[in-house]
Amino acid sequence: MRHLKAINQKARHIQSIIDNDVVALQQGGPPQGPHVPLGCSFVFSPGWEVDSNGGTAGLCQPVERDLFDCHLTCFWPAHVPDLYNHAPDWTAKCASAQKDWRKIDLIFP
Amino acid sequence: MNLRRSEFHAFTGAGSSRFLYLVPSAAVVQIDDLSHAVLDTLAAGDQSATDLVATLSDRWSADDVRTSVDELLGLRAIHTVAAPPPKPKAEKPKRHIPLQTLVLNVTSKCNLSCGYCYEYGEDKIVEAKTKPRFMNEATAKQSVDFLFTEAGDSPTVNLTFFGGETLMNFKMLQSALAYARERGAALGKEVNASLTTNATLLREEIIDWIVSNDVGVTVSIDGAREQQDKFRVFANGMGSYDIILPNIKSLLARHRRRPVGARVTLTGQNLDVASIYKHLFEEIGFWEVGFAPVTTSWQREYAIEDEGFQTLLSGFQALASDFLDAALAGRRHGFSNVRDTLEEIHKGMSKAYPCGAGLGLMGVATDGDVALCHRFAGSDAHKLGTVFDGVDHARQDDFLQKHHIANKTDCSTCWARPLCAGGCYHEAHTRYGSTVEPNLHYCNWIRAWTNTCLEIYGTLAERRPEYLAQFD
Repeated sequence: MRHLKAINQKARHIQSIIDNDVVALQQGGPPQGPHVPLGCSFVFSPGWEVDSNGGTAGLCQPVERDLFDCHLTCFWPAHVPDLYNHAPDWTAKCASAQKDWRKIDLIFP
Repeated sequence: MNLRRSEFHAFTGAGSSRFLYLVPSAAVVQIDDLSHAVLDTLAAGDQSATDLVATLSDRWSADDVRTSVDELLGLRAIHTVAAPPPKPKAEKPKRHIPLQTLVLNVTSKCNLSCGYCYEYGEDKIVEAKTKPRFMNEATAKQSVDFLFTEAGDSPTVNLTFFGGETLMNFKMLQSALAYARERGAALGKEVNASLTTNATLLREEIIDWIVSNDVGVTVSIDGAREQQDKFRVFANGMGSYDIILPNIKSLLARHRRRPVGARVTLTGQNLDVASIYKHLFEEIGFWEVGFAPVTTSWQREYAIEDEGFQTLLSGFQALASDFLDAALAGRRHGFSNVRDTLEEIHKGMSKAYPCGAGLGLMGVATDGDVALCHRFAGSDAHKLGTVFDGVDHARQDDFLQKHHIANKTDCSTCWARPLCAGGCYHEAHTRYGSTVEPNLHYCNWIRAWTNTCLEIYGTLAERRPEYLAQFD
């Protein structure tokens, strides 16, 4: 760390975790220039996976939204089709994920 | 993405260095001028990293500001508004915590009649007459077996003898420790023994036994004659100082293998920390001196009230300053309250519970009932089992669940909670009638004192880091 110095044992422990942390989309070496965090872990989606009771009955977003949370807010190419190059229209028939998810095309590479 | 300051306490060392004590991780970091400026800017309101770069552009490059922001995010000194730090949950310890220390209340009788005694005084929890006055040999041996069983794989166990006046049951102490050492040898476990005494009964024969059995000793003593004899008196009102002094001198002269500590009870009438320390450390020669304010309901005449807490704080701070001078000069200082806190700060302890009571430490009453700690031994309401039937784990779990720091709403915004965690259960029970309550009467005091210890820690980190290395 350049601007902070770990002093006690706990700070050193946290630093060792940060130093060994995985940074998304990064191949080797420290980040060049400003590091823009990507990925769904930075997005707060309340009621996305479980409701306030720990079940799925009262979700404020339908479970089908998972699909969109992966392909719009996250760059997670292994799990959804490549929206930007290969299959820009793969959700074109799906206006509402909750109702239309069956209409989503199957995409073959 | 707007950024916001997370919980921390900022403090300085002796020089110009700035530090953060992060909450709840209890990490201590030194920050440079840029990180300070970032935090200072965010103190005025949330900002995005881009705004911060613009605000600070006259002094720092964009790359520097972004790196600083990343580092502060990584340590959770700041967070993005959209992703606030998770609220802590009252979870059970991830690993089973074995019993490490068992305190045996070997007798409920005492030959002194200290006015402030929590066991006999106006705030007592247990009616002594309802229990045997002395623990018998069979119960003591059963307690030792209980300790070994509950300690699981721990290579060391701590057996502490307590009272009443511990040495009034000296005969039983001898057999209990001999049995513990014999069982320990058979099981391959080390038995670390200690006792607390008022020193009135420390005769040569007993000192022989203490020395040859390597027993750690803490002496309850309140200071010089005048201070000691204010409350620590015999039933006829006669002070105990002149009786105990030769005994203590004899013990200190002969017991060299383990440090002998003094434990002082501070009252509204006895708050002169500096003179007490000077007498006990320099004149009598105790290895260390620990101070604790008397545990009492607020209306007692010896209770320490607001003004007294201020006096106490000033006294502690002055003595802490002496401690720092000694540490910087490489001299040993016996103010154990500071040393203990520095060690906790260095390790980054973030406590879910204020102490080990009911977890790694339990107290046994004379009849073998097991309770949270020695102060509750014999209380049915705080019973966790018996040495004969073992720990009632359902009851223990229930206790741990209720007393977790995450369930103490009053503590949830206090930066000192990683070290304090609400304070002593017994104090809370005496003041508020419930162990669950945090000790709100000394919050300001705890924060001021913790800040003092952090400043000492910061100064040592700057000027003599090798002192802190002893805690690694």
